[in-house]
Amino acid sequence: ALAPLKAKRTISLGEDLTPLKAVTSYNNFYEFGLDKSDPSERAGTLRPSPWTVKVGGLVHKPLTLDVDQWIGKLSLEERLYRMRCVEGWSMAIPWIGFPLAGLLKAVEPLGSAKYVRFTTLNDPKQMPGLRLPALDWPYREGLRLDEAMHPLTILAVGLYGRRLPNQNGAPLRLVVPWKYGFKSAKSIVAIDLVERQPLTSWNQSQPSEYGFYSNVNPDVDHPRWSQSTERRIGEFRKRPTLPFNGYGEQVASLYRGMDLAKYF
Amino acid sequence: MARLNAPPVWLKPAAHLLAALPGLWLLAGWAELLWLDPASLRLSADPVAHTHNALGLQALRLLIATLAVTPLFRLSRWTPIMSLRRPLGLWAFAYAALHLAFYLAMELDFSLSALWREALKKPFIFFGLAAFLSLLPLAATSTRRAIKALGGRRWQALHRLVYVAGIAASIHFILRVKGFQPEPYLYAALLILLLAARLLPNRKRPNRAPQPTA
Repeated sequence: ALAPLKAKRTISLGEDLTPLKAVTSYNNFYEFGLDKSDPSERAGTLRPSPWTVKVGGLVHKPLTLDVDQWIGKLSLEERLYRMRCVEGWSMAIPWIGFPLAGLLKAVEPLGSAKYVRFTTLNDPKQMPGLRLPALDWPYREGLRLDEAMHPLTILAVGLYGRRLPNQNGAPLRLVVPWKYGFKSAKSIVAIDLVERQPLTSWNQSQPSEYGFYSNVNPDVDHPRWSQSTERRIGEFRKRPTLPFNGYGEQVASLYRGMDLAKYF
Repeated sequence: MARLNAPPVWLKPAAHLLAALPGLWLLAGWAELLWLDPASLRLSADPVAHTHNALGLQALRLLIATLAVTPLFRLSRWTPIMSLRRPLGLWAFAYAALHLAFYLAMELDFSLSALWREALKKPFIFFGLAAFLSLLPLAATSTRRAIKALGGRRWQALHRLVYVAGIAASIHFILRVKGFQPEPYLYAALLILLLAARLLPNRKRPNRAPQPTA
């Protein structure tokens, strides 16, 4: 059983939550296989404890985090966020975590740091899907520094009041609620501050389909399917997709003056 | 006395059952979801997407099975297998039609003009629709009467559209998946193999006449 976590709810959502069973059985986590059901069936090989995360790159004070110890010292928040997958489905999930900004401030980024790169574990023994070339491994994602510092951006360590199940990215994952789900890298082992926009796995595999920004945008279709609507897991009819997944008021200013059809 | 080369009585029912099973499984899943347990995960947490994918995959599998009949006959010379070509082809069409109907209903609100727009804008949809439209005239002319009305040669020429359907369906599947995934390529490879087998010279029945010995 997953250890319970104490957290104070800081962000609510006026929407029904997606049932835990759905959140933990319907996952895209290609390190464990290509079917949605593969992660819940096969992620038992992952050893999320002990686990260390290296935070470094262009910083004054690089550090290596022991996730278990660190969770004990933090005051955790519960945040209810919408999660919109690039494939056209969505969920509402009660994450438990903490703002990434705090961690980034602790390592003191150098002036030259402009982006943050997140790297997922790359161990085929724990993640059998790495033996297939579905993507260029290890899984890498990235954010602009101001996106990473935004108060909505969190590192999650739990959901539904417990530590993260393996299939949801244990023990530590990113959650960026205004971007398509794949931006929220799972089972992170390294966070690096870098000067140039980092290469990210999906952007590298099909740049015409998965942009670096990948902000949820109903007006910019994926080349193969429409992004104007989505199906909330548990519902049969589609609902309209909101710009920035409904977080426009908080984040739209990050992209002022940018052509979002070009920087999709 | 049994008709010479008549298929064994179990052959067609077995083919019908195998073809129908995935559909029956989906029906059972929906019955459970709608009447017994709305939280059921038998059809995954997204039953709409699961159903849509399962119908499409079964259509492709049956199309490939249909295309396998002739090469298997040439290889085995077992005439009864030829009796499966029509039922398998019709089942492939039935699943393809359900797959398309489901897409129209769940994604496009039954709008044919929206389907047309999507097909022109997205190659992924274009190839899927092309596959279905290639199968449509074949299903419509699948009766003995249609063969007579068209004449054997013209009927056969028309039914070569099944190759177009197979190729278009394979491309549709390849375009569907994210990242590099082997599954659609395995189907495409099987299809290419079955099409290439038709280019080999057709082995004639072994000549039963006694061979000259000297």
